[in-house]
Amino acid sequence: MFDFGIITGWIHTQLTSLMPEGLAIFLECVLIGICLLLLYVVIAIIMIYMERKVCAAFQCRLGPTRVGPWGSIQVICDVFKMLTKEIISIRHSDRFLYNLAPYIVILASVMAFACLPISRGLEILDFNVGVLFLMAASSIGIVGILLAGWSSNSKYSLIGAMRSGAQMISYELSVGLSILTIVVLTDTMQFSEIVMRQADGWFIFKGHIPAVIAFIIYLIAGNAEVNRGPFDLPEAESELTAGYHTEYSGMHFGLFYVAEFVNLFIISGIAATIFLGGWMPLHIPGLDGFNAVMDAIPGFIWFFAKAFFVVWLLMWIKWTFPRLRIDQILTLEWKYLVPIGLLNLLLMVIVVVFNLHF
Amino acid sequence: MEAAAVWSDAGDGMFKVPAGAFRALAERLRKEEGFDFLRSLTGMDWGEEGLGCVYHLENTSTGENIVLATADPDRDNAALPSVHDLWKGALINEREAYDFFGIKFIGHPDLRRFFLRDDWKGYPLRKDYDMSLNPLNMENEGNEDEAPGYEMTPDGGYILKRHPLFEEEEYVINIGPQHPATHGVLRFRVSLEGETIKKIDVHSGYIHRGIEKLCESMTYPQTLGFTDRLDYLGAMQNRHALCACIEKAMGLEVSERIQYIRTIMDELQRIDSHLLFIACLCQDMGALEVFFLGFRDREKVLDILEQTTGGRLIQTYNTIGGVQADIHPDFVRKTKEFIKYMRPKLREYHDIFTGNVIARNRLIGTGVLSREDAISFGATGGTGRASGWACDVRKRHPYAMYGKVDFQEITFTEGDCFARYMVRVKEIEQSLNIIEQLVDNIPEGEWQMKVKPVIKLPEGAWYTAVEGSRGEFGVYLESRGDKSPYRLKFRSTGLPLVSCIDTISRNAKIADLIAIGGTLDYVVPDIDR
Repeated sequence: MFDFGIITGWIHTQLTSLMPEGLAIFLECVLIGICLLLLYVVIAIIMIYMERKVCAAFQCRLGPTRVGPWGSIQVICDVFKMLTKEIISIRHSDRFLYNLAPYIVILASVMAFACLPISRGLEILDFNVGVLFLMAASSIGIVGILLAGWSSNSKYSLIGAMRSGAQMISYELSVGLSILTIVVLTDTMQFSEIVMRQADGWFIFKGHIPAVIAFIIYLIAGNAEVNRGPFDLPEAESELTAGYHTEYSGMHFGLFYVAEFVNLFIISGIAATIFLGGWMPLHIPGLDGFNAVMDAIPGFIWFFAKAFFVVWLLMWIKWTFPRLRIDQILTLEWKYLVPIGLLNLLLMVIVVVFNLHF
Repeated sequence: MEAAAVWSDAGDGMFKVPAGAFRALAERLRKEEGFDFLRSLTGMDWGEEGLGCVYHLENTSTGENIVLATADPDRDNAALPSVHDLWKGALINEREAYDFFGIKFIGHPDLRRFFLRDDWKGYPLRKDYDMSLNPLNMENEGNEDEAPGYEMTPDGGYILKRHPLFEEEEYVINIGPQHPATHGVLRFRVSLEGETIKKIDVHSGYIHRGIEKLCESMTYPQTLGFTDRLDYLGAMQNRHALCACIEKAMGLEVSERIQYIRTIMDELQRIDSHLLFIACLCQDMGALEVFFLGFRDREKVLDILEQTTGGRLIQTYNTIGGVQADIHPDFVRKTKEFIKYMRPKLREYHDIFTGNVIARNRLIGTGVLSREDAISFGATGGTGRASGWACDVRKRHPYAMYGKVDFQEITFTEGDCFARYMVRVKEIEQSLNIIEQLVDNIPEGEWQMKVKPVIKLPEGAWYTAVEGSRGEFGVYLESRGDKSPYRLKFRSTGLPLVSCIDTISRNAKIADLIAIGGTLDYVVPDIDR
């Protein structure tokens, strides 16, 4: 497996030979920040394009076809359109919070995005409590959404924000429990370590029954966490027109929109990392020839392939299922997912204690 | 019958009742004789005789019909007793009559205008209405927060009382007029407690075009064009009703070929409408895949209709004494192909939507409309049948070929959203059956009877109803022997559906309101007229 750490290490030694170390590290931080934001935008554009094509396929349509080959430049044009739009300010809104809200949402999203280990040596934020950091960072988004709903001075927005508050805080629990199940199996919270431990088999295979249950719970809860259908109540367009971002226009709306799509990618990326081995190729113990072939495929391709597979799975669900009602969403979480998640955690503990995993 | 009532037999015939004796008679008819269904309530301006109303009543257990007319000769202060407590459907119909004729209904709790703006001057359907009173108004319309009602005083007079619609601290949100789930420009003011609905106030009239008023200055063939623009998903049936009403008044019997063609077209239109119903309901509930499945199959119906009529939404096909053009040579083949195509496709909807656990959880048990309420509100069509009321006009008063074909009237007893959805899906199958029985044996014959270019109807009043895509669509026609109608009233299929929405949505969630609105399946231009 190619280690990108060689390249990053080489850049570091080159920079330190030219300038004092403090400046070199500062420069590296800036460089990484730019790369991160660029990757963030590129992922967002790919996701939006994918969403359009996938939903078109489910709806017996073609999706964008006119701008560029297979409509591939359509999204880029839309981004430019969004950038040129006027940002409307609403009378009687809390101006400061109203303008702040989209940035909080995007900040939370970028911080969580930085946690994803894309390939070996390509981890940006990677420390021993990475899982905790991710959970904490991604929950900041709720604050942004609540602020958006509150400060818009619109009843639709407020209901949307209240719904999302209730929903996201509840489902955070299930996401946490299912990740915890895997942490029990791996005894580490560092993402790079979690990936490394899957060299002899992905956790969904190694952890068998409890891991599969945790994976399913994670998919449901993660879907709800990012407000995607069938859990898209906070912005249920047929009820609340656009929920918490009803009153936003221009790039402020664009930020919510982009954050929503990248959040979906983050949820899928975490699922890929924790359950499907991240950038770790498919290894079957004993078949050395097969493993060598798999190793020839670069790690980031493995990672993106797995992440986009999960994205596709979630899109399939979104475009097929009708939306739930708020009380049904909360019933599903508190009466079904949380108890099952807790029992599953217990099951995983038993599996680990008695060494029943592969 | 009371001695006071006078039988007049011009047209269909009706009992004329003096205003003073009307309330007692209405009560007797409702409570003792069992006339529980107010088919239509029509405001009238009879000139010298005063302002009044025509009530079409039906006894749902025996199928008896009776027509009552009552009038108050005092034009400036016309007042009639309200019957909203006998038939809930009168609640909104009386508001409409007040709006257009200025008749005060004593005892009505909420006598605001329904279609026109609150600051409208005069009553437009009165014969002495002055058009210049209301120049184009560019001001925003305010919100009337108080409902005026006239109450009887012990000395026989009446006083105006105002009731607040919403309390001061209620959380009221506007759903509509521009809203993705109101299916047009309808507006609900919804009082919420959290997500739970406490009360709904329906505002209508955003696309009121004054069609009934316009008709009064048009010749009979000219009036036909409006019907397609009422319920645009029932264009065929609406026009069928008006043509049948005029033909009845003329005493014209149309050929069997025309009857066959009209029946098949009505059923194709019904399939079209029901497919759109499924599509829109699924979209409202967030199942965006099924939305396109509905449109995909509806396209096939529209292709068939387009080939013969030239129109896809607005068909303008029926004419007085026939149809616009003979059926296309490919019509029979294509229709048969469609029937073969559609039957297996229905299973697809069941697989993907009907059986879905989320869809079932959201639809079953929400928005229950009881059978009594359905009859009282006059909520006909799929909504009434889902509540267990066999209200199909095709069975109650068979017209065209419906008496001779074999089909089943689908009824459910639950009255919830799921039943309303299932009624429509099953009706598609029945419509396919009807078409299948007819399409092979369309007899030879004329497709347009000989009709004089200028049509004058004799004096009288007629009422004809057909089963529209979403309920009983009726036409009440009153003629004074001219070449244009004296009064033409369309019994809206959607108005009763909207009037019952407050009753069935109470204590539901906002999301349920969307499901309820979707399954009631109203079309706003049909309400507003």
